[in-house]
Amino acid sequence: MTVAPEKNELVVPEGHVKLVIDGIEVVAPKGELLIRTAERMGITIPRFCDHPLLDPAGACRQCLVEVEMGGRPMPKPQASCTITVADGMVVKTQVTSPVADKAQQGVMELLLINHPLDCPICDKGGECPLQNQALAHGRTDSRFVDRKRTFAKPIPISTQVLLDRERCVLCQRCTRFSAQIAGDPFIELLERGAQQQIGIAEEKPFQSYFSGNTIQICPVGALTSAAYRFRSRPFDLVSTPGVCEHCSSGCAERTDWRRGKVMRKLAANDPEVNEEWICDKGRFAFRYTGAADRVLRPMVRDKATGELKQASWTEALQVAAEALTKARGSAGVLTGGRLTLEDAYAYSKFARVALGTNDIDFRARPHSREEQEFLASTVVGTTPETGVTFTGIEAAPTVLCVAFEPEEEAPIVFLRLRKAARKGRTKVFHIGQWTSPAVEKTFGTLLATPPGGEAAAVDALSSHAPDVTEGLGKPGSVILVGERAAQVPGLFSALLRLSEQTGARIAWIPRRAGERGAVEVGALPTLLPGGRLVADAAARAEVEQAWGLEPGSLPDVPGRDTNGIIEAAANGELRALVVGGVDPYDLPDPQLALKALRTADFVLSLELRHSAVTEFADVVLPIAPSVEKAGTFLNWEGRRREFGTTLDGTGALPDCRVLDTLAVEMDADLFTQTPTAAAGDLARLGTTSTARAAAPTVESRQQSLPQSDGQALLATWRQLLDNGSLQEEEPHLAGTARRVVARLSEHTAEVLGVDKAETVRVSTDRGSVTVPFEYADLPDGVVWLPGNSGDVRVRRELGALHGSPVNVHPGGTE
Amino acid sequence: MGFLDPVKGFGVTFGMMFKKVATEKYPEVKKVTAPRYHGRHQLNRHPDGLEKCVGCELCAWACPADAIFVEGGNNTDEERYSPGERYGADYQINYLRCIGCGLCIEACPTRSLTMTNEYELANDNRQVLIFTKEDLLAPLLPGMEAPPHPMRLGETEQDYYVNGPELAKRAQEEAK
Ligand code: SF4
Ligand code: SF4
Ligand code: SF4
Ligand code: FES
Repeated sequence: MTVAPEKNELVVPEGHVKLVIDGIEVVAPKGELLIRTAERMGITIPRFCDHPLLDPAGACRQCLVEVEMGGRPMPKPQASCTITVADGMVVKTQVTSPVADKAQQGVMELLLINHPLDCPICDKGGECPLQNQALAHGRTDSRFVDRKRTFAKPIPISTQVLLDRERCVLCQRCTRFSAQIAGDPFIELLERGAQQQIGIAEEKPFQSYFSGNTIQICPVGALTSAAYRFRSRPFDLVSTPGVCEHCSSGCAERTDWRRGKVMRKLAANDPEVNEEWICDKGRFAFRYTGAADRVLRPMVRDKATGELKQASWTEALQVAAEALTKARGSAGVLTGGRLTLEDAYAYSKFARVALGTNDIDFRARPHSREEQEFLASTVVGTTPETGVTFTGIEAAPTVLCVAFEPEEEAPIVFLRLRKAARKGRTKVFHIGQWTSPAVEKTFGTLLATPPGGEAAAVDALSSHAPDVTEGLGKPGSVILVGERAAQVPGLFSALLRLSEQTGARIAWIPRRAGERGAVEVGALPTLLPGGRLVADAAARAEVEQAWGLEPGSLPDVPGRDTNGIIEAAANGELRALVVGGVDPYDLPDPQLALKALRTADFVLSLELRHSAVTEFADVVLPIAPSVEKAGTFLNWEGRRREFGTTLDGTGALPDCRVLDTLAVEMDADLFTQTPTAAAGDLARLGTTSTARAAAPTVESRQQSLPQSDGQALLATWRQLLDNGSLQEEEPHLAGTARRVVARLSEHTAEVLGVDKAETVRVSTDRGSVTVPFEYADLPDGVVWLPGNSGDVRVRRELGALHGSPVNVHPGGTE
Repeated sequence: MGFLDPVKGFGVTFGMMFKKVATEKYPEVKKVTAPRYHGRHQLNRHPDGLEKCVGCELCAWACPADAIFVEGGNNTDEERYSPGERYGADYQINYLRCIGCGLCIEACPTRSLTMTNEYELANDNRQVLIFTKEDLLAPLLPGMEAPPHPMRLGETEQDYYVNGPELAKRAQEEAK
């Protein structure tokens, strides 16, 4: 019998190669970059320009290694970040090769020639790849005695991003990020030779929603942020992992804080969700929690003076409990779209158990019954395993965006779309009104419709744009629909038909972080937690059992939606309102909402800061912002994004705790004392096999253009950076918002007689706004306005919706 | 027991009268320390009164007792506390923690932080033993002007670091 030789031959799987790095045999997939193979083995080659998510550039030459191919050494050291592995390659890094080591030291010396000795005043000091690698791979002494190249100290690239050209090592990470990932070439390489420098791209407005990422990936302190400038050092920061509270993407973040105050937020790496990027809103908008108008103590309205005055928790809860107990069965709950799963669950349970009503709705925005049916039939219960995901978007052959502006509403979805489209695998179509930057940057095709005509356009796809339906027929294709769809009757129904016909899956991507979770926990008039139907006795029985209630004690009539609650409160049918973080000016009819708040006998406001509701509130209870509590956001994929408390011990209470205590005062038990308890209580409900809601079937309508003179249809959606209350206190961020303009086609401008004017005046019977305008490829007879930017607050000033007719006149004239 | 024994002890006492006294007359007479004694810190100024501290926190980083707190700030043309971009906006040393090791002054890249010979650092109130920037800043000498004010000794911070003392001397002579 022969014994097999005791040698561990490495097996080389299909599509892999075998090579030797520093004397160790290793198997690597074909096409892998040498620097990554080495990294997997634990050999770190110094680098500046290399970044796993950017195309290789070979710009800095710091990663030189010795390479031998087929027994013949290459004449010069090679950049390991641009060279791919090959069979039989023999590589020697600085660890085993004096040649590579010397080459790396030489490059470092050249880089340091013009690098200023700024470390003590540089924001990157202490976490700087150049500092670290100069220590590890540089010479101890400098041989350079001449004057260094100097530039004027920081030049602002935008109000937020500052560039110090002296510190730049020309690695081009920032320019490659801007061009490849974000698609906003706001920063570019200028000049050549010794004068080569990074500068502002020509002829382009210097704005990008993703500019903060360049600060994070710059391997030196050449790019710094105005907001974080000189605020602290890495060693006095405590870093806590967190989840972004702004949009429904649910980005993983790292929150750095010092002495009870958040100093900055950085993108964390989550390949499934945000990769290594976040948008500027997520990065820079966090100082609202320290605003002067933050509510820190409970307040109760004094009967005698009519003024709100500070009160103890005991008193405030007692007053609230008494009033709500009296109003039981005649109270509505508006929760807003920014709650964590646990908090939304507490509201949902509070409404059912403590108030005995189904009058609860999370939608603080225009909404429809059709949307409710769509959410109940199609959205609730989807998870990353069963539904559309970020990676699913990346792999999709065709993506159709309907009534959804990815860059403005879910910027990380936009980045995935762009990534997919840039690789040429994915074709992106947008049904919208004009070729917005997002359409361009996703290499998309615009299918323009008048606002409100989206549903008809979807129905007509197979006859007018067969390439779209054909593309959607390919397996893996997806349809993305945004919150605006609720303003277009029949759109959800049309999309469901399209999905059925083509097999493409639908994903609903709301704008706010808490909306998806609110659907799941039943913060809707027709839904109980887990997609159970209010109208279904079996579903109610399940919930009653889990909640330990008497059979038949849950209210069995579907409740009112936000509009219904507002109307009922305004005409006195509802006596009390529980309002959690809702801005009345976000609602479809702000005037009616204010009337409702005024008319209601009792208004309980759970708020972070003083708002328009505070003025009408009888009791105000302070609640914790997301950095001061733990919780879970459900992102649009239905993925659980759990986060812990960042700033501990501030004394701020999460909504679920406040509601739990309030419910106890009202003789009801919610079991939501802490987010963990609430999550546990929710988990006990489990999944259900009770009936699901039926899909909506609403006829789509052809949108007709207004006939009368001086009228146009309004198209509108909100921009990422606008007047949102979570972006207050951030002047640097606000400076990077897009210019506030109206848009219309040249032809429309001529017809409406505004082409000679500098501004347009858009009005309804409610009011008017006057703004500068730009030409864009909108359908004739349509004018576009940003939803809530600068002075243009469409809902507040005009009371108009997407698709409403408005009057358009040259600015300044009546 | 000898008969002189009762007064023998006085011999020691008497003898001590002619020895050098170890008792200090503190606080009536203050002791002069060794010149390099590690006393209270001082934040120095440039000759025109601008602060030398750039708020880099290197002192705080070096401190083994975690006694120093610094937060940097951004100089503007309208409001300038130090030459260059950055200054120490908030500066605190907690003398309840400081062990007087002097590692901080070695770390300071601008020689802003030095130590004086002042050793009277006791109090019955913990709060006042946290010295703030106002307590630590060097007094204004003749020719100095309290910041904020523009750079008087040159165009850039380079001028301050390279030729600072020289420029100041020249300015003083010109004033005469
Ligand atoms: S600014 Fe930073 S990221 Fe951009 S090229 Fe220079 S060193 Fe690289
Ligand atoms: S002397 Fe030593 S203990 Fe005192 S502040 Fe300086 S480094 Fe800290
Ligand atoms: S005293 Fe010196 S070391 Fe400390 S922050 Fe100021 S400049 Fe930096
Ligand atoms: S990291 Fe390889 S050339 Fe820059």
